[in-house]
Amino acid sequence: MIIDELEKKLRPPEILLKLYPPKVITLADGGKMVVREAKREEIGVLLETVHPLMGVPRDFYDIVAARMYAELLGWFRYRVANEFVLVGAINGVIAGIVNSRLVDEKVGMSLHTLTINRGLRIGAQLFAAKMEHHLEFLGQKEVWIVAESPIGFRRWMIEYALENREHLFPDTRHELGGVPTYVLTRELYDAVKKDKVSGQRPVPQELLKTADVLKAPEEYPQIPGYKRSKK
Amino acid sequence: MRRVAITGIGHTIFGNLSDFDLVDVMGYASSEALDDAGIRKERTIIDQVIVANMGGCFLNHQAGIASSLVSRLGLEPAQAELVENGPASGGSAVKMGFAAIMSGLADVVLVTGGEIMRTVPGWEGTDFVASLLHPEAEYNYGLTLPAFGAMFTRMYMERYGLTERDLALLSVKDHENGEKNPFAHVRIPCTMEGIYESPDANVVNNFIAEPLRLYDMCPVSDGSASLIMCASDSPKMKYFKNKKPVFIVGVGSATDTHCVHERKDPLELKAVSMSAEKAYKMAGVSAKDISFAELHDAFIILEIAISEEIGFFERGKAKEAIQKGVTRITGKLPINTSGGLKAKGHPLGATGVSQVHELVKQLRGEAEKGRQVKDPKYGMAVNFGGFGNNVVTTICSKE
Repeated sequence: MIIDELEKKLRPPEILLKLYPPKVITLADGGKMVVREAKREEIGVLLETVHPLMGVPRDFYDIVAARMYAELLGWFRYRVANEFVLVGAINGVIAGIVNSRLVDEKVGMSLHTLTINRGLRIGAQLFAAKMEHHLEFLGQKEVWIVAESPIGFRRWMIEYALENREHLFPDTRHELGGVPTYVLTRELYDAVKKDKVSGQRPVPQELLKTADVLKAPEEYPQIPGYKRSKK
Repeated sequence: MRRVAITGIGHTIFGNLSDFDLVDVMGYASSEALDDAGIRKERTIIDQVIVANMGGCFLNHQAGIASSLVSRLGLEPAQAELVENGPASGGSAVKMGFAAIMSGLADVVLVTGGEIMRTVPGWEGTDFVASLLHPEAEYNYGLTLPAFGAMFTRMYMERYGLTERDLALLSVKDHENGEKNPFAHVRIPCTMEGIYESPDANVVNNFIAEPLRLYDMCPVSDGSASLIMCASDSPKMKYFKNKKPVFIVGVGSATDTHCVHERKDPLELKAVSMSAEKAYKMAGVSAKDISFAELHDAFIILEIAISEEIGFFERGKAKEAIQKGVTRITGKLPINTSGGLKAKGHPLGATGVSQVHELVKQLRGEAEKGRQVKDPKYGMAVNFGGFGNNVVTTICSKE
């Protein structure tokens, strides 16, 4: 594709990111969730998945979904620097999405974690995968994190014992609204890794194939009565 | 002789109902019970309302719940009282309802238990429950109920050779039942592969209070359950034509030391065995006569320990029954057919009432497909308060 001069000026400078190697996690119900990096051409199904949740105020799904929707579009249209998107898929159906970006080579900035299927700790597993990518595959030193819901605060700030850098504002400043920034350092990550990061590699070809073509969920536990096929 | 018949039952879903008002939720379960009993129009025949709740003042800033429920349902001038007995509040309320009828104080009693706990974060909820421990000897040292559950489990494992695998088998069994229960908080099945065998199990089923893992603990739930009881010899029995009554044939309760460390053997749950003995004696039955049971498994170890204390299995032998599938729905002695506290959930004040609700459902033959016990005669519920310091047992029968 030819990118004209003006478009070039609109795009942020990019760091070439290493790809996240896919993995498979066995969930409590025995289901297999393939976690892999999403591709830009999959934007349609990703937006389709996120969109219905923008109308769900409970547990702050609305703000998380709305912001993630914009961030995914920003990623697709090259308006966010160094963003990556991971998806968790069970039998090809999207069970959760996480996205993040790199501030620079050393610092990561976690954006959002959106769980579709609830009750199986899918959000927790995908958040851990995102941290794994930042610290292990992209070799970063730390990740800046904010929470937009009490559930997020419990899962990340408390369970990971994140470092509070509120007092270092504005030097350490997450871009999501200027709320207090917490940090996952390599040391903290190493301390919790065995209890937080799951998944097996390589993913057997047969399983990986199930996640080749992503499907948007037919139903959402957050939206009683919703059926995609009826829309 | 006067007997106590359960003539109506009601239940809300258990789960996160924190958007709703506590009395509204209780009102919903109560209305279901009125409809089930077929007395919505004649509801003022209810003489007495007994409400079970532990945290209304603490978690919902709400007192006077019993009178509020009476007004919500239009039951004035019924007598109304609140029973607070920790996590055994529900069982105690059932017992109080039974006593009110047997004493002649009332002919028709509505017993409703309810709790809305998810209005506060998990740690505040845990702290609130821990307020039932001894304030100086236990709570002050940071003890919580999960900590007691963990220490009890560790000690039991060391003495009787119970394994993490046995606990996982129990969890799988409870979730199998809970999945089929429309009121259950957690209707997701779990598998041995998922929570025990897979290399990911350590993360997916993480430790909460070692050796107890996520799938060894009940969730924090909101919800309500309700029963309508009537004296069998009362003329008011004529109003209850909707369903065949189920009878409360045995009730017993007992206490043990408030502080667990004061017990000679912490693995001996004396209040459980004593309350069961009283209930067996009143009912004129023994453990061998019980067809199924609802046992208070806030921590999964308690299903094992309670089943031994009430004489279902010899001490230390319940694990063999679990391994052989004796307590599964298809086994010889199904336990926690509702999913138990583990999968159905544990809204404190509602739990004991919900257990009896399940007994009635099973004895009527109304349980959902795949979780109906075959031709049950006697059902037994054990509601466990504190860490075993106040326990209520109820036995119900079709006849």
